[in-house]
Amino acid sequence: METLIVLIPALPLAGFLFAVLARPRLDRLPLVTHGHGGHDHDEHESGHEATHAASHDDHASVDETGFRAIPTEEEQAATSPHAGHADDLANAEGADGVIPPELADGIGQAGHAGHGADRPVYRSWIVPTALVGIGWVLSMIAFASVIFGGKTYHVTVYEWIAAGTFHVEIGFSIDALTAMLLLVVSTVGFLVHVYSIGYMDGDRGMWRFFAYLNLFMFSMLLLIFADNYLLLYVGWELVGLCSYLLIGFWYKKPSAAGAAKKAFVVNRVGDFGFGLGVIMIWTTLGSLAFTDVFARIGGQTETTATIIALLLFAGAIGKSAQFPLHVWLPDAMEGPTPVSALIHAATMVNAGVYMVARSNPIFAHAPTAMLVVASIGIFTAIFAAAIALTQNDIKKVLAYSTVSQLAYMFTGLGIGAWAAAIFHLVSHGFFKGLLFMGSGSVIHGAGGEQDMRFMGGLREKMRWTYLTMLVGSLALAGIPIFAGFFSKDEILGEAFNRGYPVFYAVGIVTALMTAFYSFRMMYMTFHGSWRGPAELWQHIHESVPSMVVPLQILAVPTVLAGLVLGIPPEDGLIHRWLEPVFAGSDRAGIVAGSLAAKEHGFSPLGIGGLLLVIGAAVGVAGIWLAYRWYVREPDAPRRFVAAIPFGLGPGMYAASVNKYYVDDIYQLVFARGGVLVAQALWWFDVHVIDGAVNGAAWLAQRIGARLRTAQTGRVENYGLGMAAGLILVLVVYAWVVH
Amino acid sequence: MQPPILTLVVFTPLIGVLVLLAIPGHNQRAIRWVALLAALTSLGFSLALTGYRPDGPEFQFRESLDWIPAFGMGYRLGVDGLSVVLVILTTVLSVVSIFYSWDPIQTRVKEYYATMLLLMVGMLGVFVSLDLFLFYVFWEISLIPMYLIIGIWGGPRRIYATVKFVIYTLVGSLLMLVAILAVAIAHGNASGQFTFDYLVLRGFSYTDNLQALAFIAFFLAFAIKVPMWPLHTWLPDAHVEAPTAGSIILAGVLLKLGGYGFLRYSLPLLPDASKSFAPIVIGLAIVAILYGALVSMVQPDLKKLIAYSSVSHMGYVMLGAFVFNVQGLEGAVFQMISHGITTGALFLLVGVIYERTHDRLIAHMGGLNAKLPRYAAIFGLFTFASIGLPGLSGFIGEFLVVLGAFRFNAWVAAATMLVVIFSAVYMLWMFQRVFFTVPSGWMRRFWPSLKDMSRNEWLAVAPLVVLVVALGVFPGPVLHALDAPMQRIVEIVNGSSGLTSFQLPW
Repeated sequence: METLIVLIPALPLAGFLFAVLARPRLDRLPLVTHGHGGHDHDEHESGHEATHAASHDDHASVDETGFRAIPTEEEQAATSPHAGHADDLANAEGADGVIPPELADGIGQAGHAGHGADRPVYRSWIVPTALVGIGWVLSMIAFASVIFGGKTYHVTVYEWIAAGTFHVEIGFSIDALTAMLLLVVSTVGFLVHVYSIGYMDGDRGMWRFFAYLNLFMFSMLLLIFADNYLLLYVGWELVGLCSYLLIGFWYKKPSAAGAAKKAFVVNRVGDFGFGLGVIMIWTTLGSLAFTDVFARIGGQTETTATIIALLLFAGAIGKSAQFPLHVWLPDAMEGPTPVSALIHAATMVNAGVYMVARSNPIFAHAPTAMLVVASIGIFTAIFAAAIALTQNDIKKVLAYSTVSQLAYMFTGLGIGAWAAAIFHLVSHGFFKGLLFMGSGSVIHGAGGEQDMRFMGGLREKMRWTYLTMLVGSLALAGIPIFAGFFSKDEILGEAFNRGYPVFYAVGIVTALMTAFYSFRMMYMTFHGSWRGPAELWQHIHESVPSMVVPLQILAVPTVLAGLVLGIPPEDGLIHRWLEPVFAGSDRAGIVAGSLAAKEHGFSPLGIGGLLLVIGAAVGVAGIWLAYRWYVREPDAPRRFVAAIPFGLGPGMYAASVNKYYVDDIYQLVFARGGVLVAQALWWFDVHVIDGAVNGAAWLAQRIGARLRTAQTGRVENYGLGMAAGLILVLVVYAWVVH
Repeated sequence: MQPPILTLVVFTPLIGVLVLLAIPGHNQRAIRWVALLAALTSLGFSLALTGYRPDGPEFQFRESLDWIPAFGMGYRLGVDGLSVVLVILTTVLSVVSIFYSWDPIQTRVKEYYATMLLLMVGMLGVFVSLDLFLFYVFWEISLIPMYLIIGIWGGPRRIYATVKFVIYTLVGSLLMLVAILAVAIAHGNASGQFTFDYLVLRGFSYTDNLQALAFIAFFLAFAIKVPMWPLHTWLPDAHVEAPTAGSIILAGVLLKLGGYGFLRYSLPLLPDASKSFAPIVIGLAIVAILYGALVSMVQPDLKKLIAYSSVSHMGYVMLGAFVFNVQGLEGAVFQMISHGITTGALFLLVGVIYERTHDRLIAHMGGLNAKLPRYAAIFGLFTFASIGLPGLSGFIGEFLVVLGAFRFNAWVAAATMLVVIFSAVYMLWMFQRVFFTVPSGWMRRFWPSLKDMSRNEWLAVAPLVVLVVALGVFPGPVLHALDAPMQRIVEIVNGSSGLTSFQLPW
């Protein structure tokens, strides 16, 4: 079993190395791939996009409210946080013609080759996908052994760093919490590999894509397997690296290159705290191994525990994209959609939730920190949902939805509903992975279009995509029997029980918004009639089986996970599985006088049942509203905005569309401000510090030049000098001695 | 009788120089081969030092001969774990830079290789000397070849840069000579035995006044070399003008002479002064760390960017050295090794693109990932090593230093930890502008003829690729070798009382 556990992360690592080393022999690519085939993706990206940028303005009338046309490329460049680089990137416009066609790789979904003799052969996906597939089997064995066999495993591979009394080992430990994450990571990871075979077909960078995916799998498994904080940090940083590489996969797009850097840097802001937290754990507790840390944290004061907990949480805010570090995740949608599904929805962004859940003994010892976690969570939940309401890019809707759903999990963690949060992590991992892959299928089928205002009616053409996304959206909206219903309502129910009525109320409002925006997305995409260019309609098609089958597979847990794991509410299977992990912390976060404090358990006919009904009703209401507004009366949103009193409607709409200007503020304060400070320091360096150095040299030269005139060559002058010097010495001597 | 390994390591390059003298200057091929073989032989001998036993006596492979007995100067060599890792770093980087010069250097080839080999002698000598005067001699020997390398094979402003470099460093090293003499005389006067033997001088406890003054003199010499803020302004100029191989050695090894000086001489010889001056040094180190990173953000020239980032990275070395705990010190040395590998490789890689376009301006690049994918991949690897990505060597040193700093003071650690953000900003911004998006108009002129890394360039950088990964994943052997020497320094400094009766002599 130990070997098997080490093999699980080792397999994708081997796949990565294989893909990198064997690269030239894998894919057979024709030299020129441009210009033939009516189905050239590159055309969609460049030519097609150009026509769209122009036609978007014409379409402004069908814009749902008509307040703001979608920003053109230039506007986006001006408001994006990378405007500072606009100078460097100005030459990017229209540069396509100059790039030799054999380099089409790296611009969008580029390089779909023509048909016939020079059709490229792609083989680079085989080994990485097969290894991840084997890894999935091994993972399920480990999962079953831990969950059903009730075992935990611990493997020490070798001692990594040792300096004085500081020791860190490469060690893996598998318990129920890790197993739950392993279930999501392995399953969604493998399905995304399969899905990518179809999605990335025709991209010359396919080998690179699969290499990165495998590296990601390795890093993520390292993260959840780690038995100490430093190894967790290693996995944490490596998934960040993979995220960087994959967001910037189409590196020729300035927006993708910028988004990749932004994601890494924003994550580093969180890591600043996380790193300090890890260091502080060692300095106060003398070990980084989880077992030691959790055993010793009780001996520390609450203040110490609070500082540590908050530092760790800073890392979680960055990785799981919570306010105020949420800004990178929507931009990360620049990456290929399978990446969004795997990394930016189902796995990596869960790392923050996992880390806080893993650190539950620390947080349980730090009530203030827990309140901070819950507060940031609930605020982010409604904040992100309020942005998702108005986004028109299908992936942006899902991105903000992810932020909002992760925020639910943090709310759960902060109130001490540890298992409920992990439950939601698992169910969200499945249904959000499904939704993202479905959106990829839509984008793929609709020729690269991501703007929902130019979609519509797609259910006729994409039957399976529609059905599976419908299941995913029902789960997201929290409709009974679907997974999201059980997991989300459990968090909300616990919020109520544990004495956080305000959090509960905000959570319910957020749930209403969630149902609304998820079905707004469904109706805009799949219902109504096609609003894109008429000639494109002919080409829209259901995606290839390698893409559809993963969707169908993921639909199964999306329907069943809640029923299997979540009944009865607050005491389902998953609670029993996770009990050993959270045993010491399950009373943390309970407010005195609340229902939970009175040991008031869940009862279907009591308050618990009522809460469930409210949760379901809110979901139905959101869907009904979306139906009214986006199917029955397309004019309703405009009237609603106009009806907001004091004329605030348009402003509120603009604020939501523009993500409450958080990106712009950061751009101004940190990007611009940082560059200004740096330039001021550089000026100081050149003129003051180096000026002093050169000034000293100049002074020495001047003095030398003056003194040179004393070297006259006349003996009389030298004699005079000697005499004067002698007198001076004598006088000084006499003065000092006496 | 053991073979004199250290002598062989240090003086094999000198034999190479003598052979070079016998080869006619037009036979460039033979010259290059001789130089490479000499460096490789020295590297081979230096690998014998891995036989160093961490649990054995402090200094091993010792050699001792009388040199100028009248003044107590001896040819005393020996290595501990600290020296071993730095010697191997030096031989590896020397081989890399000599090999890399194969194609780029086409003028005065014979002189060039002779100079490079002499430089090697000086640097290696510094790391193995156990005699303060011998140390000083080697220290100065290492100065002159670099002066020539920048001044003869450098860029357009090479004369300004090299004169600045030499005068700046010379000011420091002359003060150090005074300090060495003062220390030896003080010991001689007190004990009646006049010697420059490091082991003897280290065991003596000097008066507070002498310690303070000697510390300041040593400090100037070493801090200029490191270079510490605000004594760093020679570095960007020297790097920008130096040929690629010069930059590799300058960043990879010459800066480490400063760090080594602190660890070998300042701290053990003058523990009280070190203890008392530590807050000042730590303050300067924090400034260097943050300031270097911030200024890196706005550099238009690749080499300047890496030069300023060196100021930041070497600030970690100083911080780790002066927090006086094992983690900080081992982190400092590891950071030196890692910085040597990473920055050496980055300068080499900048040289690769410079050979193709004769330009280093970031604004003139763009989109290179499309045309030079292998080059981009290797550059990316070292970019992330420089950012301190776990799994690569840069992480270990930085983490241990911050850990040591945290034990000293949490706020110091927090301030320096900010660099995890800054370094990501400046390195990734650079990487984005050089490798992503599309080529600049300027770069497009070279676009059709741009070629990915040649076989020679690959071979040159390959050892560094292996090391940066291997040290990140298996830092154990290096850290193990450093354990005892660093522990000893901690004991010496923490066992001292600091300057108690310090008064300035005027």
